[in-house]
Amino acid sequence: MSTRAPTLFGPTNVPALSSRSCRSACVFLSSLHTVTLIPGDGIGPELAKHVCELFRFCCVPVDFEVVDVDSSMASEDDIDDAIMAIRRNGVALKGNIETNHNLPPSYKSRNNLLRTTLDLYANVMHCQSLPGVRTRHRKIDIMIVRENTEGEYSSLEHENVPGVVECLKIITKTKSLRIADYAFQTARAKGRRLVTAVHKANIMKLGDGLFLECCKEVASGYPEISFESMIVDNTTMQLVSRPQQFDVMVMPNLYGNVVSNVCAGLVGGPGLVPGANYGENYAVFETGTRNTGKSIANSNTANPTAMLLASCLLLDHLKLHDYASMIRRAVLSTLTETKLHTADLGGQGSTSEVLQRVMNAVQSTGPRTLSM
Amino acid sequence: MAGTAWRSAVSQVVGALKKESLQPRTFTRGIHTVTLIPGDGIGPEISTAVMKIFEVAKAPIQWEERNVTAIQGPGGKWMIPPDAKESMDRNKIGLKGPLKTPIAAGHPSMNLLLRKTFDLYANVRPCASIEGYQTPYTDVNLVTIRENTEGEYSGIEHVIVDGVVQSIKLITEQASQRIAEYAFEYAKNNQRASVTAVHKANIMRMSDGLFLRTCREAAEKHKDVKFNEMYLDTVCLNMVQDPSQFDVLVMPNLYGDILSDLCAGLIGGLGVTPSGNIGANGVAIFESVHGTAPDIAGKDMANPTALLLSAVMMLRHMGLHGHAQKIETACFDVIRDKKALTKDLGGNSKCSEFTDAICQRVRELV
Repeated sequence: MSTRAPTLFGPTNVPALSSRSCRSACVFLSSLHTVTLIPGDGIGPELAKHVCELFRFCCVPVDFEVVDVDSSMASEDDIDDAIMAIRRNGVALKGNIETNHNLPPSYKSRNNLLRTTLDLYANVMHCQSLPGVRTRHRKIDIMIVRENTEGEYSSLEHENVPGVVECLKIITKTKSLRIADYAFQTARAKGRRLVTAVHKANIMKLGDGLFLECCKEVASGYPEISFESMIVDNTTMQLVSRPQQFDVMVMPNLYGNVVSNVCAGLVGGPGLVPGANYGENYAVFETGTRNTGKSIANSNTANPTAMLLASCLLLDHLKLHDYASMIRRAVLSTLTETKLHTADLGGQGSTSEVLQRVMNAVQSTGPRTLSM
Repeated sequence: MAGTAWRSAVSQVVGALKKESLQPRTFTRGIHTVTLIPGDGIGPEISTAVMKIFEVAKAPIQWEERNVTAIQGPGGKWMIPPDAKESMDRNKIGLKGPLKTPIAAGHPSMNLLLRKTFDLYANVRPCASIEGYQTPYTDVNLVTIRENTEGEYSGIEHVIVDGVVQSIKLITEQASQRIAEYAFEYAKNNQRASVTAVHKANIMRMSDGLFLRTCREAAEKHKDVKFNEMYLDTVCLNMVQDPSQFDVLVMPNLYGDILSDLCAGLIGGLGVTPSGNIGANGVAIFESVHGTAPDIAGKDMANPTALLLSAVMMLRHMGLHGHAQKIETACFDVIRDKKALTKDLGGNSKCSEFTDAICQRVRELV
């Protein structure tokens, strides 16, 4: 392949995202992966656009099929279409879809519907201290494996007597064994030493007790990996005093929500950490803490790091490791430029400045890139 | 049961107090009688420390010591000893050390029994950074108010079929109203500017939705206090990055459990965190929330800070702000000085030395 002389990619002249696919201009490889792209709400659409730009610039052999989900619509047609598209393509990149919690219970969270329908049972978030980001704690490296489909998120509530609401938390042996197995397999594959199960089995003796039993059962099959358990309130206390003690953590849905947000905060915030949702047959990538960022939408101030790193996880999943590494290296090196830090990191940089720097970084490593 | 070492030391004092409490309760020129439950493990020695400091500070408090080992009443129902209940019902205010929960004793945890007996519906934990006890977080100044009777801790669980368990989270309008009202009253009485309701109504629409609605209704009745709502995950995310943005937080049981411990972790752990439980009929029990630390019990190594700060919280609750301020300042000054710290605070001193240093400082502050 010929390498052209590096030229700077000028100010973006990208067509607006629509339901037409955004096709890479210079694809020489024969295999083109189609990936569903759900922009979502808030900062979602602009971040999705930046991923498209960057992929096109780097000539990544990925074709995005954009599916918009209108969160204001009462009907579930949009999210059903999105789910169908993901079934077809097998993999997706997604922004957060807003849930108006003042609507009646018949309006279900679109994000939750997507996760449960596609049975994306494992939510994985890798929180690590990043160079260039100042935080109170250093040397954090925690892999959070969160059960993603049951527990408190079962959406089973009823009001038998006016003013008395019951909400059911479901824990099953099958799903608990499944997520525990996922955690231990991941730990083994990545050479991690310790898995900690987070629970509240002293109070929820049957529910969390079952979860804990399943974790212990699975642990016995991985003798090279240590297994510990910790009560969730103590866990959060430990996380803010000595987060370095944790390695891989596995837990049911709600505690996963709490722990992953605490860990994301510890390493620098929602703008930095990518998240992945894995099922038997499908994978959906997004920002780790799933924020809509409504208040900063369209102001060119959002931190694109989390979404860009999520797209790298996507590329790794598609086995496009070279592209993944190239983009990841560029994103992480950009993070060390503190004067480009966006507002969430205490700076005044803009999203487009960060993106430009990432592209420059990619280009200076010498690969073939798109030129004007 | 309490160790024997401290008993001989304070038995005379306790004996004298007991004699007085047999008389009908009269307002002896503003002296308030408080039920004291020393607890287990290090409980008795830290209680002694608190009593000593209060005496030096000339706080108008008379202690009525009671024991709360569980006993079985008629019908086999577990309950706290009747003299303890009678004392609390009469005095309304209590101070409690750590209680151990024996495994397989056949009875529920003592804390749970106390909660049920006195309908302790609100757990209040003020978390403020302690100057002199360094943690990575220096600007914490918030209060968590947790609903303490229902929610995820209703204890209702069923095995539906083998391998499928259902735990029920119960949210009622009544309990939510009570806790929301309390939160706003607390904010008003303690000059706090805002109350934030913490919830997950996007996922638990009906239950957390009900909680949220009652908080909004309470907010309407207390327009002088600012009100906002925030998702639990957003609170967690922001709390570890910038805890200074939070003021009073009100929430259901489980989130309260997690968040109150998270906030305790920010300021240095359970060894320095005060806690109060508000019940129906004006009952309030203030307690230290750390464990009984059996390994250091009776060795004069314990840190009485948590119990002392809870006692200060108690004084404020009773309107005795002057004494509260004096004792609290003395405690913080001694911690800042770093000359007489107990082991858990990074020093080498004994509990009695730490206590004496605080007493000395109290005398200086008069």
